[in-house]
Amino acid sequence: MKHITKIGAYFIMLRKVFSRPPRGCDFKEVLMKEVDDLILGSLGIVSFISFFVGGVVSIQTALNLTNPLLPKFLIGFATRQSIILEFSPTFISIIMAGRVGSFITSSIGTMRVTEQIDALEVMGVNSLNYLIFPKIIAMMLYPFIIAISMFLGIIGGWVAAVMGGFATSSDYTQGIQVEFIQFHVIYAFIKTLVFAFVLATIPAFHGYYMQGGALEVGKASTTSFVWTSVVIIVLNYIITQLLLS
Amino acid sequence: MITVTNLHKTFDSVEVLKGISTCFDKGKTNLVIGQSGSGKTVFLKCMIGLFKPDEGEISFEGHVYKNLDYDEQRELRTQIGMVFQGSALFDSMSVEENVKFPLKMFSSMNITQMKERVDMVLERVNLKDSHKKLPSELSGGMKKRVAIARAIVLNPKYLFCDEPNSGLDPQTSILIDNLIQEITREFDITTVINSHDMNSVMEIGEKIVFLKDGLKAWEGSNKEIFNTDNKAIVDFVYSSNLMKNVREVYRHQQI
Repeated sequence: MKHITKIGAYFIMLRKVFSRPPRGCDFKEVLMKEVDDLILGSLGIVSFISFFVGGVVSIQTALNLTNPLLPKFLIGFATRQSIILEFSPTFISIIMAGRVGSFITSSIGTMRVTEQIDALEVMGVNSLNYLIFPKIIAMMLYPFIIAISMFLGIIGGWVAAVMGGFATSSDYTQGIQVEFIQFHVIYAFIKTLVFAFVLATIPAFHGYYMQGGALEVGKASTTSFVWTSVVIIVLNYIITQLLLS
Repeated sequence: MITVTNLHKTFDSVEVLKGISTCFDKGKTNLVIGQSGSGKTVFLKCMIGLFKPDEGEISFEGHVYKNLDYDEQRELRTQIGMVFQGSALFDSMSVEENVKFPLKMFSSMNITQMKERVDMVLERVNLKDSHKKLPSELSGGMKKRVAIARAIVLNPKYLFCDEPNSGLDPQTSILIDNLIQEITREFDITTVINSHDMNSVMEIGEKIVFLKDGLKAWEGSNKEIFNTDNKAIVDFVYSSNLMKNVREVYRHQQI
């Protein structure tokens, strides 16, 4: 019952988030700050993880291709498919639930604890719109991060395959081109956009409606990470079923 | 003038406000006092619209808040300035940006006019050289003064302060009290202060409402407080020997 109430509260929150913005709100300025915090600030960690995981996927595929009849280009093929279909859109989103989600929950939660949200409300500012709407819009640039993640993952795979002597550069390049289905990339970006919305709103919900003090801010960050991850995994299943099967 | 009629508020099964009726006069420093847990903060938050009362009404110059539509409520809120207990300054903004924030949101001033207004209010609260400082770089007293500057920057008709002296040394407390009283008179606003600082009660309490267990137990002025025999207020105000002596001295002078 408690969870159903929370789901209801989440959708009521969304309605208020998309209601009228404050009259004199300098939206561009707030949006740029959110883009800097949420998108540009995540580029480093996403790039680092993508490059090395791409390399690991490539090595593991190579080590499992024990049959000499199997062509070496399969290393590139398997790396591309893993990175584009699952690793970049889904697993980077789970990592982002930790990085961006915790940031959103703790920053909004701290504003709640220190009465900054009350201050906005007393002034007559729609605090939900002011605090959350720019985050949602900023997160619409999230596919940009995922595109970089895909690129670096595949490059990481190439470096590992070639430097490790598992395949030649031309084998790997052939592998990443063979049986390329454009819709897989579209599917990945559709998923990414849905996850971006989830990444902005679920942590914001947990931060905005938290009660208590500093300890509860920490607890809310953990809860928001768990719920964001759960929702991403469930939505991943549903979207895959709808778009690929 | 703010009129409160039969205000009730319950959280879960705990009735915090049990039917409070009172009024706060324009141009006066009104104090709401009471022990911790007596319902002062809930009472104040009901008045500024952060909590919705279960029963009763609050009217501002005859306009009942709950009968106003969404836009009228928002409009009224722009006439309310609030100083929170912990100052509630926006961490990511400098002092100047904090004070400018209500102007950006609700005024049609251009950048130059905004700057002039911000300079004027910061000077009024004696903070003319702190424009670029972040809240984390300010002392408790400075934060309160920035909060007051932000609260008055839109020329509000009503100023609410939730324990403006909490966590401040006695000297800074007096400065803050005097500042609030001067601003109240200068801008002719209705000020309501939540406090349990006895110095504030005696110095600036032109009207005092004493809450006990969610009920109004006494109301009057700071002069009347010396002569009342109301047990609830006497027990609260004269709990310390110092205050008992102050009362004796006052009564002797009266005789």
